[in-house]
Amino acid sequence: MIIGEFFRGLFLMIWRVATDQPEAKADLLAVFPPSARPVISAVLTVSPIIGIFATLFALTTLLERKGLGRIQNRLGPNRVGPFGILQPVADGLKMLTKEDIIPRSADALVHFLAPVVLAVPTILAFAVLPYGRNLVPVDMDAGILFFFAVGASTELAIFMAGWSSRNKYSLLGAMRAIAQMISYEIPLIISSVSVIMIAGSLSPVEIIAQQGRYLAGGFVPHWFVLTPWGLAGFIMFLIASLAESNRSPFDIPEAESELIAGHLTEYSGFKYALFFMAEYFGMFAVSGLAVTLFLGGWHAPFEFLEIVPSYVWFFAKLMGLVCLFIWVRGTVPRLRVDQLLNFAWKFMLPLSLLNLVVAAVWHFTAAWEFPGAGLGRWLLGAVMIGVPYVWLGRALSGSKKITQRTYRFAD
Amino acid sequence: MLGEGIIKGMVETARNFVGSYSDPERLTTVEYPEDKIPAKENARNFPFLVYDGDDAARGLRCVACQICEKECPPKCIYIVKSKDKKPDYIGKPQFYPAVFDIDVSVCMSCQICVEVCPFEAIKMDTEFELSNPDRFGGLLQDKHRLAKSNEYYHKIHETEAAEVDARLAAEKAKAEAKARADAEAKAAAAAKAATAAATPKPAPNPTTVAPAK
Amino acid sequence: MFMETAIDTPESKYEILPKTLSNGEMDGELLEVAMGPQHPSTHGVFRMDVVLDGEKVVKLKPVFGYLHRNHEKIAENTTYLASMPYTDRLDYLCSMTNNWAYALSVEKLAGLQPPERAEYIRIITGELTRLVNHTCLVGFLLQDMGALGTPLMYAFREREMILDLFESLSGSRMMCNYMRFGGCRVDLPAGWLEQAKRAVDSYSGFLDEFEKLLTENEILVARTQGIGVLPPDLAVNASITGPMLRASGVNYDIRKVDKYGIYDRFEFRVPLGDHGDVYDRYMIRLLEMRESVKILNQALRDIPAGPIVDPKAKLRGFRPKVGEAYGRIEGPKGELGFYLISDGTPNPYRYRVRPPSLINLTVLEDMCLGQDVADVVIILGSVDIVLGEVDR
Repeated sequence: MIIGEFFRGLFLMIWRVATDQPEAKADLLAVFPPSARPVISAVLTVSPIIGIFATLFALTTLLERKGLGRIQNRLGPNRVGPFGILQPVADGLKMLTKEDIIPRSADALVHFLAPVVLAVPTILAFAVLPYGRNLVPVDMDAGILFFFAVGASTELAIFMAGWSSRNKYSLLGAMRAIAQMISYEIPLIISSVSVIMIAGSLSPVEIIAQQGRYLAGGFVPHWFVLTPWGLAGFIMFLIASLAESNRSPFDIPEAESELIAGHLTEYSGFKYALFFMAEYFGMFAVSGLAVTLFLGGWHAPFEFLEIVPSYVWFFAKLMGLVCLFIWVRGTVPRLRVDQLLNFAWKFMLPLSLLNLVVAAVWHFTAAWEFPGAGLGRWLLGAVMIGVPYVWLGRALSGSKKITQRTYRFAD
Repeated sequence: MLGEGIIKGMVETARNFVGSYSDPERLTTVEYPEDKIPAKENARNFPFLVYDGDDAARGLRCVACQICEKECPPKCIYIVKSKDKKPDYIGKPQFYPAVFDIDVSVCMSCQICVEVCPFEAIKMDTEFELSNPDRFGGLLQDKHRLAKSNEYYHKIHETEAAEVDARLAAEKAKAEAKARADAEAKAAAAAKAATAAATPKPAPNPTTVAPAK
Repeated sequence: MFMETAIDTPESKYEILPKTLSNGEMDGELLEVAMGPQHPSTHGVFRMDVVLDGEKVVKLKPVFGYLHRNHEKIAENTTYLASMPYTDRLDYLCSMTNNWAYALSVEKLAGLQPPERAEYIRIITGELTRLVNHTCLVGFLLQDMGALGTPLMYAFREREMILDLFESLSGSRMMCNYMRFGGCRVDLPAGWLEQAKRAVDSYSGFLDEFEKLLTENEILVARTQGIGVLPPDLAVNASITGPMLRASGVNYDIRKVDKYGIYDRFEFRVPLGDHGDVYDRYMIRLLEMRESVKILNQALRDIPAGPIVDPKAKLRGFRPKVGEAYGRIEGPKGELGFYLISDGTPNPYRYRVRPPSLINLTVLEDMCLGQDVADVVIILGSVDIVLGEVDR
């Protein structure tokens, strides 16, 4: 009888999740004694998240290798399974069976702890993202704050890895990582503060709810990215999140051509795989937050498409951003560490602060009533952020005497 | 300086991404074990010994002159000359290699042995799948493994082999004509000597003097 | 820095480094990093002992010789011809020009004159080699800058076409061993010139694509301009040659100075840079490729028919008369010269290579001091070395 109830609850849960209904777990939890319910509920929430993102991680590594291959006019992995789709499995098996080397003079305990300390916060960050209409693991009032607090602790793990390896390259990589991640944390947070200001809430659920309206007969979504401050904020958020997740062109902590592999130099086997996974998880988390803050979360781009389950839109937008990251990675060279920091402090920070002002102006011009007010508002915001952008860009490149050059020819 | 260079670059990579699906010319890679690029006619890899006819032991063109052994830059050829002689393609008795070893792990595929060989006996192969776990058994090739037929040579280097065959045929014709002329001259001389000595003995048969084919 | 745990390295074997800068400004320890011989971007087995203050280079000692294989001594113990394939292995990206330089000096020694057609073939293969070398260089330079293989793959895609040409001409893609004393080894196969024309025509398109991809890229410009400046007087004093010298603004191209071969018949210009930094070295190579395409178009148009080897040339039993000769060409990397002394025997008495890679490398420390670690890698990349030639 209990077993029948259990399977009925399980089936109902899966059905409700698939069809976007609320209270998915209720029937299944009713099977268990009340004292066990919180634990079971947590397990039911956490295990799919880890499972789905682990699968997504495997798919993304394949997608990245295939995509980069095509960008470089190669075929990409195509040996394991049809079209190479089993390549992540093969990679995983290889990683698991490789010897785990701890350098003789390394600090063994810290060396072991670093990947664990890195993996935990990156997974914790998934807790506050709303994946669908009723799919919110933890509906926290200060969800955004929690996300950034947890995300900031990854720096510690990278420094632990670099320091404990007792390798000069690792140490240099760790130093760079600290400088980079702390610098970019600020534009990352400030560019999202503009959203928080407009939405008036730190709760991701509330922020998405405010983007749930449609204009122009259901064809223009009310996403924040479609406002001048939102667009600028989104671009700055993306740049800062590239730096936060150590992706090219900001991959200087593990700059392959300079520092071998930076803080990963002395890691092998499963620990290396954990680092690798945490890096991708970090990328997913930060892209998920970008989707939540600027791209309307799980809302469909057009009103009539709202019938499609909401989580499909969330993951589609997430993968879109991941593809953008891959594309950028296939195109640009790496920055140098001082240029990277200059860029963060002299360009990103002033612009993101200015963006707050633009957001405020946007907020206070909402009451404009004259004809063409919407367009006027938009243009005002665009000019307010665009002119300083051009001016700052010119000033930054002019200060270092970077020019387009012409060349002489001798006969 | 405002990001337009990066945008331009991204457009370029996107064009290549799409192009790699629409334009197979862009993909220069070949999926190796399944597909292979046919060897170019001039391609060279490691040397082999050419033999004429069907029997590798009898038809080997090499006369163990050891020029290639001397000229080989990394000295990967080892030759031991035979004690006896056997007839070559013209019919002239020649030495043959009792031992002819090439260590292909030392060979650097420079083709100098081919160039210096006066007998067109050593040529370059296009076979490259020689990986072998056995250093000496697999990569130190003896004359039985090195010997490959003239037909094989024609198959891999068509133009070059045709030239070589024409040259050899011309040489052979020249040698035969010379032999015939020599034989006739000898016969004539013998006849002259015979008549001069005025002995009743008949002149020797010229066919026995001319070398057998 | 790591004083807690003792490592059993005999400290006395190493030079004790100063713990502070000479001006005493930063009271921190200096970090000595051995970049190489196993390092992703030292272009082979090359080591730089770099002393870092933070990320700034305060001292750099190049260490090479890991790939030494006695090239010059081997050449003195074999015949003149047998050294020819060894010259392929000097700078394995440009075997055709290495062959040419060696053939040129032996021809000077023995008084041989290659026929017209052979000279044209030499120009064509030499300029194709320049394209191959510069293409590889810009690809690798951007790879060192962290562009994750994309420019390198585009560069290799184009290089592939020229290597195919080399293979159908000489039988080997990289180790061509094609030139002979007094000419070339074999004549061009049927259809080769048309194939070469197609390859050369498509090259301008590739160069446009490459420039669009990267030359205006803000990151590339920011990372290369003003980095690794080589002043012209230092370049001349250190006898730097090739694109590196011309990027510093010194007009010296052996194709124009010596007019070896038949270079005086072709119309081309020599691009010169004004700053001598990494960006100039990168751009000079791109511009030189465009000039090479011009030379190739002229040569492919004008190539006459005729023999390809001087009839006086002997393959077996080659003994040049007693004397000495120095033949040099403008290789893709700089002045490549071979100095030979003959004592009348089949082997040279003295055989000496003037490798552009090695001599261009001597100013590495001057260019790197005060730059970042990240810059050391791209400065080394812009010098354009091949360890086969540096160590010989």
